[in-house]
Amino acid sequence: MGQESKGLFARYWGMLTTPAKAAMGSILVGGFIAGVLFWGGFNTALEVTNTEEFCISCHEMRDNVYQELKETIHYSNRSGVRATCPDCHVPKEWTYKIIRKIQASKEVWGKITGIVDTPEKFDAHRREMADREWARMKANDSRECRNCHDFQSMDYSEQGRRSVKQHQDALATGQKTCIDCHKGIAHQLPDMKGVEGWD
Amino acid sequence: MKKFTVALTLVMALGGISMATQAVSDTGGMKSLRGAKALDEGTRAPTMHKFNKDEEPMKRSYVQQPPVIPHKVRGYKVDLNSNKCLSCHSWDNYKESGATKVSLTHFNTRDGHALADISPRRYFCMQCHVPQAVTEPLVENTYKNSAE
Repeated sequence: MGQESKGLFARYWGMLTTPAKAAMGSILVGGFIAGVLFWGGFNTALEVTNTEEFCISCHEMRDNVYQELKETIHYSNRSGVRATCPDCHVPKEWTYKIIRKIQASKEVWGKITGIVDTPEKFDAHRREMADREWARMKANDSRECRNCHDFQSMDYSEQGRRSVKQHQDALATGQKTCIDCHKGIAHQLPDMKGVEGWD
Repeated sequence: MKKFTVALTLVMALGGISMATQAVSDTGGMKSLRGAKALDEGTRAPTMHKFNKDEEPMKRSYVQQPPVIPHKVRGYKVDLNSNKCLSCHSWDNYKESGATKVSLTHFNTRDGHALADISPRRYFCMQCHVPQAVTEPLVENTYKNSAE
């Protein structure tokens, strides 16, 4: 009886606040399933971009930095443990990973415009790219190195005389972080003019 | 006649086989550093030597000997872009790192002019200075170092 006397807005509001049980249920269930699919798909896609195969599916990476990596101890060593591209270049922790991934979307533009699509162009940009990676690792206290190389787990009796000195003095006191000394351990170095400790 | 032909063929065939095997395995009495091995027998490649890890500086064996490197140098690059040795051994860095500094003779050009930095002809450290591994001499010899 009072139903008809109500205004349009009130009737609409009534419809929203008292939904049919079936509609409510289907929205919840459908939304849940869609959410799982979306989130799962998103994460799967993200993880695909986090593999070595994905990185070296572009010739810029495959023909330059990947070939250089192959000669180093992070690729070939006595114990068969291998670090692949994302182990060093993508943070493991989710928040940092997403931030890095968003930053890295710039590289898609680089790929489209072909900024480093020949070895010569790559070498011309090497210092700029290296500087960016060094700055990133310096700023986060070499977080990606420390995923495997935990300072707390180092056995000094197994280290060389020179390593012990550097690690106990400079690294332990926080004066220096891994990347300050360990530059060029996985790829060729650019022209090191003006880089501290290289002159 | 037919018997003779068969016999001759057999003899020639056998002779051919034995000559063939002899030709491959015969070294003509030559001995190399790998020892006297028949050419068709492979010798095992010697295992790779491991460079000494990290030691005190070693004594020289003769006057003017370039001092040897008492540590590993795997991955140390010396090229146009960088010189890993100088990160510790240069005059700028030796004090902090506690390494031996580059000799002053390395600042001289071929004509004896002293430069402000390492002379380009002395830039490639590992042309003269080499890391060491514990190995047996390949052949016996009577070498003694100059101090003995």
